[in-house]
Amino acid sequence: MELRDTAEESAFRGALRAWIVATLPPELTGLGTRHESLELLREWSRALAAAGYAGLTWPKEYGGGGGKHSEEAIVLEELARADAPQHVGAIGLGMAGPTIMVHGTDEQKSQHLPRILDAREIWCQGFSEPGAGSDLASLRTRSELRGDTFLVNGQKVWSSYAHIADWCILVTLSDPDAPRYQGLTYLLVDMHSKGVEVRPLRQITGDADFNEIFFTDVEVPASNVLGAVGNGWQVAMTTLLHERATLGFALTGFLDGHVQRLLRLAAAEPQQSESWLEEIAAEWAQLQALKLTAYRSLGQLDLTGMPGPEGSVIKLAWSESNQRVTKLARQLLGPEAVLDDGFWQYQQLRSRANTIEAGTSEILRNIIAERVLNLPRSR
Amino acid sequence: MDFTFTREQREFQQQARSFLEHRFPPQVVASLADSQEGWDVDSWEAIANLGWLGVSVPESEGGAGLTFLEEAILLEEFGRCLYPGPFMSSIGLARPAIPADRLGGLAAGRSRWSVAMAAGSELVPDLAAVDAVVVERERELWVVPASAGLERSIDSTRPMGRLSEVEGAERLASGEEAAELSAQLRIRKDAALAVEAVGVAQQVLEWGIEHARTREQFGRPIGSYQAVSHPLVDSFVELELARSLSYWAAWCISAGHGQSEAAARAAYASAVEATVGTCERVIQVHGGMGFTWASPFHRYYKRALWIEYFGGSPAMHRRDLARTLMTDAGAQSPDRGRQATTAKGGSRPWA
Ligand SMILES: Cc1cc2nc3c(=O)[nH]c(=O)nc-3n(C[C@H](O)[C@H](O)[C@H](O)COP(=O)(O)OP(=O)(O)OC[C@H]3O[C@@H](n4cnc5c(N)ncnc54)[C@H](O)[C@@H]3O)c2cc1C
Repeated sequence: MELRDTAEESAFRGALRAWIVATLPPELTGLGTRHESLELLREWSRALAAAGYAGLTWPKEYGGGGGKHSEEAIVLEELARADAPQHVGAIGLGMAGPTIMVHGTDEQKSQHLPRILDAREIWCQGFSEPGAGSDLASLRTRSELRGDTFLVNGQKVWSSYAHIADWCILVTLSDPDAPRYQGLTYLLVDMHSKGVEVRPLRQITGDADFNEIFFTDVEVPASNVLGAVGNGWQVAMTTLLHERATLGFALTGFLDGHVQRLLRLAAAEPQQSESWLEEIAAEWAQLQALKLTAYRSLGQLDLTGMPGPEGSVIKLAWSESNQRVTKLARQLLGPEAVLDDGFWQYQQLRSRANTIEAGTSEILRNIIAERVLNLPRSR
Repeated sequence: MDFTFTREQREFQQQARSFLEHRFPPQVVASLADSQEGWDVDSWEAIANLGWLGVSVPESEGGAGLTFLEEAILLEEFGRCLYPGPFMSSIGLARPAIPADRLGGLAAGRSRWSVAMAAGSELVPDLAAVDAVVVERERELWVVPASAGLERSIDSTRPMGRLSEVEGAERLASGEEAAELSAQLRIRKDAALAVEAVGVAQQVLEWGIEHARTREQFGRPIGSYQAVSHPLVDSFVELELARSLSYWAAWCISAGHGQSEAAARAAYASAVEATVGTCERVIQVHGGMGFTWASPFHRYYKRALWIEYFGGSPAMHRRDLARTLMTDAGAQSPDRGRQATTAKGGSRPWA
């Protein structure tokens, strides 16, 4: 056990800090991955990739850093510290990329992985449907093989970034007669294909960051199947495991930014803060606990190369922390909080999704109960 | 950056667990707790022979020359079995105040120590079982010989005494030195109680999960009901987070790290809440059986409450912690206040 940086880590951190100061455009401080500044964010992500600060956990042969989880953690910590945005391609980096690495053909890997890293390809995730949310396996979007092309018809919903995405990881029903879990096929779909229609949906925040996607006779080459036909459920599970696990540090990095802001706010309003001291300290402590738990789970990742279900623990606790922190910041503002301050109002409203997206908290509790505590299934 | 125990540390933990499980299963602890003596006096020699009293004692004094981190591993395991005896008092609480010339005696099992550190209180854990007590009086630290004066403790595995005036007090430290030492004792107390609480909660949670798996009602195991399983999950999550903070605090202390105080406060507050909550949930999961004297749960619950009351309220720890954090943030922040937050940030960690 040694929680201080090694000499190597500390050199890495020092160089990164200097690089951020020299490279980060001032327009991007305090901003997140908002599409208004998409071009700027793509450029920033390209710069991160060019400097070797993207995909540190990815194997070297795909342009990554060779599995340096602690360096990945340092990058996310330092970005949070500088109030700089994370890489824009969250779904590509955290979900599509890792799934392609596990199940993809050589062609698929060399076609997509480098482009995900430098943000030439933005990805979206087409899993949820109007009739299939928590119960993903009941999805109905159809894919039918005609010669060497799949014909895709159906509807996806809540698909983040679909309005700016170049590619989609799409789970489809290829064999409606197969037993549950066995008739699904996972496709890599070019969002610029004919027959793909994206309709943005307005959210609590007023923004429209997620979308409906309609597929009408969309042609997808059979070479775009990820894994095997009928094996889509297993491939989708790889995606979900990575979604919740490798994102651990991204989540804590993000929360770190919020907690640091909260502390600055509290320090600037000492009188207001007097009534909230316990909550402020509790949130700081919870952030440290989440970071440390992510470090602890690295052991597992290093051992097996696959994230364990512990990722669900971090996602579950993180989502509730972020909801409390953003609400607390507004409470600290006093009556001023009724005005849109341009940051916390948005973040507080946005945080309501944290316990729904990437598996609702109820579903995560089921997963932890069954796979970690080995309790009997609830369904 | 490595937040895992070494192989030696894991083996040490395993060794402690199997010794304690064998020698102090719940029935034995129960009968000791309800006995005249209150603890197994002979176990002290066995523990000394295993080297566990000299973990952080220099090798020249017959110890192992290790750190608080290894002691923390033991404190967690001693908590897990509710060891009745002055191990927490001697090693968890008093250890930094024990004069160098008495460390050999401690390691050899010839002396037992405790503290009266709760502010304004003369209450001493394990008073009847120890030889000497560290006391803070008017900003000075003293060692006084232990006196009898038994009180009824909520936790009968950890009897309390009230210190009375006795002859033979020696001054340990005064002035700056006393202030430093008593800060060290306070930080160590928070961290030691945190790791002990983690051990307590871990055992209780395992029993709760086991019962939810096997007890059937309405034709199915009760653990298949979310109203039963989800609270157990919440306890598991809280416990894992508290465990991370507790190991962090232990590491900070062993490494002499500047964040020791903040880490220990954070660990204590989280661990106490997680542990009291876990005990309450697991009593509920056991239904009527959870309410009986014969079941082990009440003893664990009482230890959890003992920790909370002796250690001080989590709320108080958090208020102190927040003041430090805000001072640091105020000092570091170039961009104070609301003006800094005008950019509309839409960042989201993913989708
Ligand atoms: C901001 C945001 C972004 C998203 N981005 C994407 C995306 O990019 N791609 C994508 O595919 N999806 C995305 N989603 C969708 C998300 O994955 C689903 O909303 C989620 O899986 C829940 O599905 P649902 O909305 O159909 O709710 P339902 O599944 O209908 O759930 C409704 C309520 O019932 C509870 N519930 C359901 N089943 C159980 C059970 N067995 N036990 C206990 N409680 C249960 C749920 O927890 C929830 O509280 C996004 C969602 C949000 C909010």
